[in-house]
Amino acid sequence: MMKPRLKFAKVKEFLISKFIFINGILSIIVLGLILAFLVYNALQFLSTYPILDFLTGTRWAPTSEPNRFGIVPLLTGSGVVAFGAIIIAVPLGIGSAVYIGELAPKAVREILKPIIEVLATIPSVVIGFVGIMILAPFIRDLFELNTGLTALAGSIMLAFMALPTIISISEDAINAVPDKYRFASLALGATNWQKTYKTVVPAASSGIFASVMLGLGRVVGETMTVLMVTGNSPRIVFSWLQPVRTITASIASEMGQTVQGGLHFSALFAIGLILFVITFVINLIADKFITRIRDVE
Amino acid sequence: MMNKRYITQKFFYFLLLFTALIVVAFVFGIVIYLIIKGAGALSWEFITQKPSGGMREGGIGPVIVGTLYLVIGTLLFSLPTGVLAAIYLNEYAKQNRFTKMVRLSIINMAGVPSVVFGLFGLGFFVLFLNFGRSILTGSLTLALLILPVIITATEEALKAVPDAYRHASFALGASKWQTIIRVVLPQAVPGIITGVVLGVGRAAGETAPILFTAAAFFQPNMPNSIFDQVMALPYHLYVLVTQVSHAPDDKKWGTALVLLILVLFFSVIGTAIRTRARLRRQRRHDI
Repeated sequence: MMKPRLKFAKVKEFLISKFIFINGILSIIVLGLILAFLVYNALQFLSTYPILDFLTGTRWAPTSEPNRFGIVPLLTGSGVVAFGAIIIAVPLGIGSAVYIGELAPKAVREILKPIIEVLATIPSVVIGFVGIMILAPFIRDLFELNTGLTALAGSIMLAFMALPTIISISEDAINAVPDKYRFASLALGATNWQKTYKTVVPAASSGIFASVMLGLGRVVGETMTVLMVTGNSPRIVFSWLQPVRTITASIASEMGQTVQGGLHFSALFAIGLILFVITFVINLIADKFITRIRDVE
Repeated sequence: MMNKRYITQKFFYFLLLFTALIVVAFVFGIVIYLIIKGAGALSWEFITQKPSGGMREGGIGPVIVGTLYLVIGTLLFSLPTGVLAAIYLNEYAKQNRFTKMVRLSIINMAGVPSVVFGLFGLGFFVLFLNFGRSILTGSLTLALLILPVIITATEEALKAVPDAYRHASFALGASKWQTIIRVVLPQAVPGIITGVVLGVGRAAGETAPILFTAAAFFQPNMPNSIFDQVMALPYHLYVLVTQVSHAPDDKKWGTALVLLILVLFFSVIGTAIRTRARLRRQRRHDI
């Protein structure tokens, strides 16, 4: 009497575990599918457009006649904005993380942390909007430009969007430094500050580096804010006071005007693939350094 | 000698405090500015009426509803898969290279730019599966985007359940699945809810993933089915700011404030549940 029921229960357990397994590996499937769709469409594009002209072309003019799909201006655009953002975000982020992790009294820490979480939740389109309304006119007047919608505006706004990532992960790294390091440093006669920058920060440096890489990944992939505040001009410039256009902004702003399956359409998947590869590599590097802190623990 | 060292220390301490203050000032600046500028636009009419006059007049009623539809859809798709994925990782998976690969792929999925999710949604759901630009497509795309958030939060919650609970359940003759569903999961509910609420809040504020998958420029009527396009708050704000010429500023500030309130609402609820669960766990420890 019991036997068939037991068997049924066993089969049920087995099926459930298989179903859970499929959900468990969904992330691999999705990543694979994303890559497959990007590659498939990128290949469509490269079957018509020479890969060399794509990778080294200095003009991005998808709708002009003849059309040009050189990615260089978009790469420099993304690069200039991201570089500026990281320059701003690194001192602010690490400074705040050290302050929160090492100096701030507990009560202050409990106030600062939620404030930084709020920063992480503000939608990028809202930050872009504030950038257009407040920051861009300010930059325009300050540097006497024709427009304040420049790489600088993008860098500043993106810096703040990268901060929650940089601060929270740097702070984790600082907290992971064992207290005996601190005591040893103080016992040798170091001041609190010497202890912080000669012992604690170096000990946490790999995690801090990982936080900066993750912040960089966020910055490079950010779309709406840069689309709104960087002026959308696909030219090769190495100045923060001129309009630029990033890879992400090109995809977001041009996809709506393309013919599905057309050359321009597949070109946007091709630059999407480049973007995917760049952020993927950045995240892999970050992951390598983040694991090292766990080893220290 | 001593003095100089402490002056240096004072100087750098001040510098560190200063960097933290800049961050705080930025956050308060944006939030307070949005409240001051946007509060004037908020009214019952604004949040319930349809946009009219080329979106220069009227309210954002259908826009809010559209965002809520997307949020509900995202929740429906991401909650079961995310929780099951976390159950797999914490309860079933062996510690081997394959599991390591799964974890790495979750981390990398979290780092994929949102606009790439948009591209994928367009290529896979809209064109390949022929779902069109719709609530369904937008929800699926957003669900994928927040999946890592839900998996990570759920796994953390599962990890916090002591193994003694599992052993006790097994000792009573319960199967693995019975143990998970009746013993482990109930303990992990607050953590799961926190992850879901925070993830969904993020989805509500995202623009790039819905640009080509769900968002309608102008769609004043309420959607009839999951295959309809919808207006959504983040995209509507983008449209008002960059596409509609001479849109009145108070409509923009009002829309931005409503979006911020919605997103912060999710964030506050999520954080509150987490804090409560943490306090309760501490209290249990004290006993």
